[in-house]
Parts: sequence; structure tokens; C-alpha cells
Amino acid sequence: MSENKDQFRPEDHENDHFLLTSVVGSYPKPKWLNRAKELYEDDEADFDEDNWQEAKDDAARVITNEHERAGLDTVVDGEMRRNEMVEFFAHRIDGYEFNGPVKVWGHNYFDKPSVVSEVEYDESWLVDEYRFTASATDRPVKVPITGPYTLASWAFNEAYEDDAELAYALADLVNEEIEKLVDAGARYIQIDEPALATTPDDHAIVGEALERIVADIPEEVRIGLHVCYGDYSRIYPEILEFPVDEFDLELANGDYEQLDVFKDPEFTADLALGVTDVHVAEVESVEQIEENIKKGLEIVPPEQLVVSPDCGLKLLPREVAYGKMENMVQAARNVEADLDAGNIDIERETPTPADD
Amino acid sequence: MENIKRRYTLAECTMTEYVSTTPGLYPLPDWAKDDLSHLKGHQKHDLISGDEGEDITAVYEEARDEVIGVQQDAGLDRIVEGQLRWDDMLAHPLAVADAVETRGIVRYYDNNNFYREPVVTDDLAATGDVASELEAAADLTDGDALQAVLPGPYSLADLATDEHYGDDSDFLAAIADFLADEADAFPDVETLFLLEPSLVENVPDDGEDERASEAIDQVASAVDADVVVQPYWGALEEKVYAHLLDADIDAVGFDFVSNQDDNLYNIQEYGTTDDVALGLADGQNTLVEDPEAIRDRVEWVEGQLPTTDFETVYLTTNTETFYLPYAKYVEKLEVLAEAADLAEVTAA
Repeated sequence: MSENKDQFRPEDHENDHFLLTSVVGSYPKPKWLNRAKELYEDDEADFDEDNWQEAKDDAARVITNEHERAGLDTVVDGEMRRNEMVEFFAHRIDGYEFNGPVKVWGHNYFDKPSVVSEVEYDESWLVDEYRFTASATDRPVKVPITGPYTLASWAFNEAYEDDAELAYALADLVNEEIEKLVDAGARYIQIDEPALATTPDDHAIVGEALERIVADIPEEVRIGLHVCYGDYSRIYPEILEFPVDEFDLELANGDYEQLDVFKDPEFTADLALGVTDVHVAEVESVEQIEENIKKGLEIVPPEQLVVSPDCGLKLLPREVAYGKMENMVQAARNVEADLDAGNIDIERETPTPADD
Repeated sequence: MENIKRRYTLAECTMTEYVSTTPGLYPLPDWAKDDLSHLKGHQKHDLISGDEGEDITAVYEEARDEVIGVQQDAGLDRIVEGQLRWDDMLAHPLAVADAVETRGIVRYYDNNNFYREPVVTDDLAATGDVASELEAAADLTDGDALQAVLPGPYSLADLATDEHYGDDSDFLAAIADFLADEADAFPDVETLFLLEPSLVENVPDDGEDERASEAIDQVASAVDADVVVQPYWGALEEKVYAHLLDADIDAVGFDFVSNQDDNLYNIQEYGTTDDVALGLADGQNTLVEDPEAIRDRVEWVEGQLPTTDFETVYLTTNTETFYLPYAKYVEKLEVLAEAADLAEVTAA
């Protein structure tokens, strides 16, 4: 269990119990931001770099505020400045180049970059984004960063012996970036590693990369790891060895079918449980989300539970995304009150002792 | 046993012919990616079903023309149609068949790529879809040697779900019949590549390996062309390889990009076909090999073998090339063509 969660408890928090509410990161962009981008990319239009910067700043303020209004304990700017989770970083790291779009499926493409030389830290990736968001809110800001294993796996590797070597080199850069973010005041960092779900056998590489990422990062900085849409039984319990405070997992989409995976052996980290499905464009009721939150209490005690959507909300209609956050926060507060009142009695199974 | 017999009747000093080719399934040119995104959409029900309308057909025709031109300009010895319509990659022939429902999006092997799961719900019947693509290509090749591409029966069965035949071996047999009928409708082709990654990725168990070989034999026999069976993403397990050699095929392909040792071991231990295909250029990495390096790898492979007198050595990428950005795919083709020319010169 992590000791650094309570720093995010709001001063006026009304319940004794505290289920930290958060989001994974991405959020639907306001339509006008997409329009502004089109203008910025249109040579004919009278819309320059400053205009584009202003539009992104405005969008970041609006979405940060939207997260506040929904009542989240920790907020993100909805990744308004980021286009895609690998491209954004690859553009900022020396050693990557872009050669054009490649197919993911059907007519869905992605500008998969190539690593053509040693990766090196150049300009900061997220410090400006963090500073701006932190200045736009009084709430703690969570910073999502695409993890080194995903940055390596979702690129062509022309320069390194294998993807593990590339991932380790990138992990050192992520470490450097997190140090800068921490210097700037960030206390909540989430490493996104969706690629781990597709190649679960590589969990040891991700573990080693995380060791590099957290080297010399102070204990009070909360580090989460987000992994989504995979077969968790193939990475659990191995991931418990990872040096992170919290695992952010997608479980609502599969109707908690994979819940039992985490019951044995005992879940020793904090669990950021996905309690709303980001692939269903309907807002779940507060009651439904309360039931989902209680699923998490089958795995960990309330002190170790964090509440979050399954994954980034960016593919949803904006009002649905907002509704999910709002109901999620309300559900968390209701469950806290029920816990305070002693109305919730969930037995966690006693796991079989580990062999070693 | 026919292959063994053929191996020993080789003339002593056969001149090896080096043939540059590819396993097809090309990336769309970037303009076609854009046009088709707009015309078709981005969702799973927007993908190719075999009855696309005029506008979409016109884009594919222009794109086909372009990739055939790319191959001709590069100087490849075999021209493929490009399989640009194969939204579902190797599952395409089933995705356009009548007795098949395409359902959710599922992962394509260990890649960050997805296809619609084809579920066979009734008796399969050939559609002629691939044959008509080849006919269109034949009109554009100016007499250059045309090469057909199909999924191997084992891989196609592996990529699909059976809700009709009920038994793995019956299903594989039905897929083999289906592919043989598709192949039977082909126009004249010089070569047929049967792509069999599942033989590596989902190793057939006892008995299944023999049935896979028989199914391949059946599809190979349906065409009057040289048949190359190309497994990739590793080497075949010994037994699978030994069974594959029993099929009446002209060449086995070896993915030397992903595994050198086990592929060499198979050849040294069990011998191989009179012709071979060497997957020496990486179809999944933008790093473009030097033609000289490819030529050296051919010599290296030949140097490791007891017999080096292959009749034909196909030089190819190990995998399909749709994983690559378009410009890099074009470069890969140029390298293969040049490497084959260099190998020819060196051998002479």
C-alpha cells in the first residue's frame, strides 16, 4: 500500500473514507479546437502559431475546469495539446523520424515513427503543459506520460539491438522528464503502457524500464501504471514487483470478468479501478458505478482504492464524457459515506500464501 | 517423397536463377489511404465485402496500377496484384465469401493490427474475388510474370472461426477445398505464394501437421504454377517442416530475418525443395537493407548448406509489407530487385 495518496485528499473532504477520484487522461477535444487546428494547418488561412497556441491554452483551461466541475480530486487538461500518444513524444525526442502513416486496421492509420539513431533528451516534453494546467486550477494535477515500452514497441526500431534496449534508453529519458516535472511541482505521474497488454510476455522489460523511471524520484511522488485491454492473468502477479504506487486497470469494459485474477495472491499496491466503460456512449447511473466501485473492494481495502474510468475518454461525445465523470465522483462519495456509516461489508478472500 | 527424388536428380552444375519477389499485401499509396478513408469510413462495417461500388473500385484500380508500376520500375522478377483491397489481411478471401459473417475486430497475430473475425456459418463456396483481382492485374503487367498470393489453408483456418463444420480437421479440409477452388479460377500465373505464418505462430499438433501439409498440397495442385509456401515470424518446428516437405510444392520460404539458426538447422537436417524462398529483407522495419548485404546473406545461407545448386532462389521480404510507410515499402522492393541482380552476377 502506498503512503502518498492522502496528499490528494481535499481539505474540505466530507467523509472519513477517501476514494481518490481521477481520470486516465485524454478527453474529447472541443469541436472548435479541431477547427482551429484545421485553420492552423491551412496555409491560406490567417491563423498563425500564436493563434494556435492560444486555442490550445483555452482548450486546456476549459477541460481542466470541466474536470473540476465534475468534482474530480485530481485533474488533467484532457491532453488537449497532444495528438496521439506516441507521435506527441516522438516529435520531442531526438532520434525519431516520421516516414508516413501505416495501417492499424481498416482505414485507421497512425504515423508510426522510426527510431533511426540514439534517442536523446532535447526540449522538455510536458513541463509547460503541467505548469499551465497547475496554474489553471487549485486541484492537484495528474500527468500522464506514455511509457518507454510503448514508445519503443509502437515505433520501428532501426537503431537498437532490440526493443528492450530501446525501451531502457527511453526509460532514462522518461526519468529525466519526471525529475523536471517533480521540480516544477508535479506529485502524481501516470505511466501509460498499453503495449504491455499486447505482448504480456515482456512484463520483465517493463519492470526493468520502471526501475529506471523511478530512480531518484522522491517517495511522495505518486507513480501509477495504466495498462488496458489485455489478458491480465498473463501479467499478474508479476506486476506487483513493479516499483509503482498504483495500477490503473480497465475492468468495466469486460464486466469485471477479470476481477478474480487480482484476488490471489493479495493485491499489495493501490488499485485505480476502471468503474465506467469508455466504449459505451451511455452514462452509467450513479448506482451502477457504486456497484462497480464495490467490486474494487473485493480486491483491496478502501485505503488502497482509487476510482477512475477504464481508459481515456477521448472517443466519447463530450457531454457523455462529462456525465461519466460526474456520476463517478458522486458514486465515490456515496460509497465513502456508506463506508463511514459501516453499511458496506465486503469480504475479501484470504489469498493462499505464496510458495516462497 | 517426390521432393526427395527431385533433389537427387538435380544436374550437378545447375545455374541458379535468382528471382526477386514479395509476398504481396502492400500498403496503400498515401493518397489512396485518404481517398478510401473518406469514401469508405473508419468502422468495421465500412470494410471490403466484395461488392464495393464504382467510386471505391476506381480508387483501387488506380492504386493497383500504381503498385504494379512500382514493381516494374523497381525491376522485380515477379509482379503481384498488391492485395490492396485486403482490409482483413490474410483473412480477406473469407471476409468476402457468402457463408461467412465478419464480426468483431481481433488482433492479427502479435502485431498492432486488427482484422474482422470471419465466422464460417454455412458451406463455403469460392467467390472468384482473388481471380478477378489477378485478371485486372494481368491486364497491367505488360507480359511480366504475374504472381498470385493466397493465405495458406492452415493459416486461413487459424484466422477464422468455424460455426458450421464442427471439427478442426473437417474445417481445414473445407478451407482447402475453398482455396483450391479460388486458385482454380486464376488466370495464368507464373508463381503462387501461399502465406503460412500460423504454421509458426500456432504450431499444429500431432496429426494436424500432416493434415496441414495435405491441405497445402491440395491448394498447390489446383494451379499450374510454381508454388512457394512461406511461413514467417520464426522457423517451423522440425516435424511440421518435415511434413511440409511431403507436399507437392516447389519451394519453401524461410524467414531469415526473425530466425537464422532454426531455419538453417531444418534445411541441413531435412534438406529442402529444389527451389527456395529466402526472406532476407525485413517487411516490418523501415531500416532499408543494402542490396549488397542481401546478396551477402544469400551467399551466407548457400555457404551453410550441403547442396547449393538450387534451381530458383526467390529473394523476398520475410512478411507482407503493409506494415511499412509507403515510401519505405517502395525502397524495399528496389533493394530486392537489385540484390537479385547482384546475386545473379556473383553466381555467374
